[in-house]
Amino acid sequence: MQIYLPIAELPVNIFLVLAMGLAIGFISGMFGIGGGFLMTPLLIFIGIAPAVAVASVASHIAASSCSGALNYWRRNAVDLALALMLLAGGILGTAVGVWLFTMLRALGQLDLTIGVSYVVLLTSVGALMINESVRAIVRQQQGLVAAPRRGGTHTWVHGLPLKMRFKRSKIYVSAIPVWLIGFVIGFVGAIMGIGGGFLLVPMLIYFLRVPTATVIGTSMVLTLITMASATVMHAATNQLVDAVLALILMIGGVVGAQFGTRAGQNMRGERLRLLLGLLVLAVGLRFAYQLVIQPEDLYSIRMLGGA
Amino acid sequence: MRRLAIALAAAAALAAGTLQASAERLITSISRHQVLVSSNFTGTSIVLFGTIEPDTPTARRRAATYNLVAVVSGPKQTTVTRRKERVLGIWTNADSRTFVGVPSYLAVLANRAIPDIASADLLRRLQIGFDNTVLPQQIGADVGDVARDDPFRANFIRLKRQQGLYMEVTNGVTFLTPTVFRAGIPLPAGTPVGNYDVTVRVFADGNQLAQANSAFEVVKVGFEQFIAGAAHDYGLLYGIATAIMAIFTGWLASVMFRKD
Repeated sequence: MQIYLPIAELPVNIFLVLAMGLAIGFISGMFGIGGGFLMTPLLIFIGIAPAVAVASVASHIAASSCSGALNYWRRNAVDLALALMLLAGGILGTAVGVWLFTMLRALGQLDLTIGVSYVVLLTSVGALMINESVRAIVRQQQGLVAAPRRGGTHTWVHGLPLKMRFKRSKIYVSAIPVWLIGFVIGFVGAIMGIGGGFLLVPMLIYFLRVPTATVIGTSMVLTLITMASATVMHAATNQLVDAVLALILMIGGVVGAQFGTRAGQNMRGERLRLLLGLLVLAVGLRFAYQLVIQPEDLYSIRMLGGA
Repeated sequence: MRRLAIALAAAAALAAGTLQASAERLITSISRHQVLVSSNFTGTSIVLFGTIEPDTPTARRRAATYNLVAVVSGPKQTTVTRRKERVLGIWTNADSRTFVGVPSYLAVLANRAIPDIASADLLRRLQIGFDNTVLPQQIGADVGDVARDDPFRANFIRLKRQQGLYMEVTNGVTFLTPTVFRAGIPLPAGTPVGNYDVTVRVFADGNQLAQANSAFEVVKVGFEQFIAGAAHDYGLLYGIATAIMAIFTGWLASVMFRKD
């Protein structure tokens, strides 16, 4: 069944879009990521203008992370204080990212920067996650108890001033690395047009030692806030949010996220991280392939607006 | 005396390139003046039909040689054409050209190959066919068309053809009798919304005999119009409404799927 999208100005198959929302929603609920880095290329692939895709995906991510966040909230698995501290850094990071975005566009180097940063970021994060999780799995199979997280294990991160206690996550860390992580996520999000959940989750685990129990719920709350505000900003500035497309994606997304959340909780943490690592690496390699192999069509056209 | 007048008129027309005091009258009509885009729009086509009425015996005699060209031109748009190049082993968009105010939709429908209809000079003057249509590019501070074999121009047209928005159809006009014709104007799913101009020209022996103009519009209606209008006129409210819709959908799902 075809439905005409009022802002994207083309008809799409409603079941195809619903299925895409469902699949990405499942992944999003399972790993606690937004899934924008998967959904945006998919929408562009079915013919939706990139700007409309990015703007509409923001509201889809807001819906599925809201559904997921509520699930975690009921289980007391959200650290709201941590999410708000991350957000504080995130706002500054977004501002700097938007500034750099404008400057790179003026220099005509934006496409290259985005392409290369996708590849570098996705492949390196994916490889790091795979490496870490495989080691954890091997350690477990050898019967060794994975080094338990003791109160006494300190890294250089714990030596920083401005310490804060995050009760829900049972961590006592400096606010500086929290802000810094928020800043990086906001910065990367503004330049690459992604929510950054796939970056946030490993960063919280490795740098701040946030326990697996609260890390996904917290990441989802942050994603919900940033993506809901991104929706409003995109709609107010560019009028590019397609509410019909967003609604179809959302319905698929929230249902998928529910099943994904359950699937994720029945799985061991390191297995989950291995899967996410493989997924991120695969997408990164896909982007790398696209950059290195000569494209079939060297030319592309894009409408700028009425004259 | 009358023949002399026609001969004089023909001579004048040859000098001017077009026949002003034409002996033919061209009457055209299109099946719809408004194409409505609703939520089940997947493309459509409208029909242009018409008749050529020769007023004089001379004109009647050349009826068998009529050639017809209909040009349908959609709302003007500015479009960037980009070319990928290898930079340090990476394929990236390097060079680009901006086409300013070019038709978003362009259909050239004729009953035979366009070069056979009139002289290259006349076709260029009347902008008939892709090679003769002015596609202005931004060149520094100026705007102008470039050579016909410019790769950016050629690829712009190629990609527009792929989208079904540009077409040059040499059997797009069918003569039902020597003077009655019809032509189908295909409008694909991605047809831009706006006003479309239809220009129909009759030629014989390489001269233009008559011209008729018509127009139609493609508009969104109902729900589509409501959404597009709201997004455009009340951007902030629309955004807030969409965000609330997202949060509500998420909440609904988490309540519906609640296990406890």
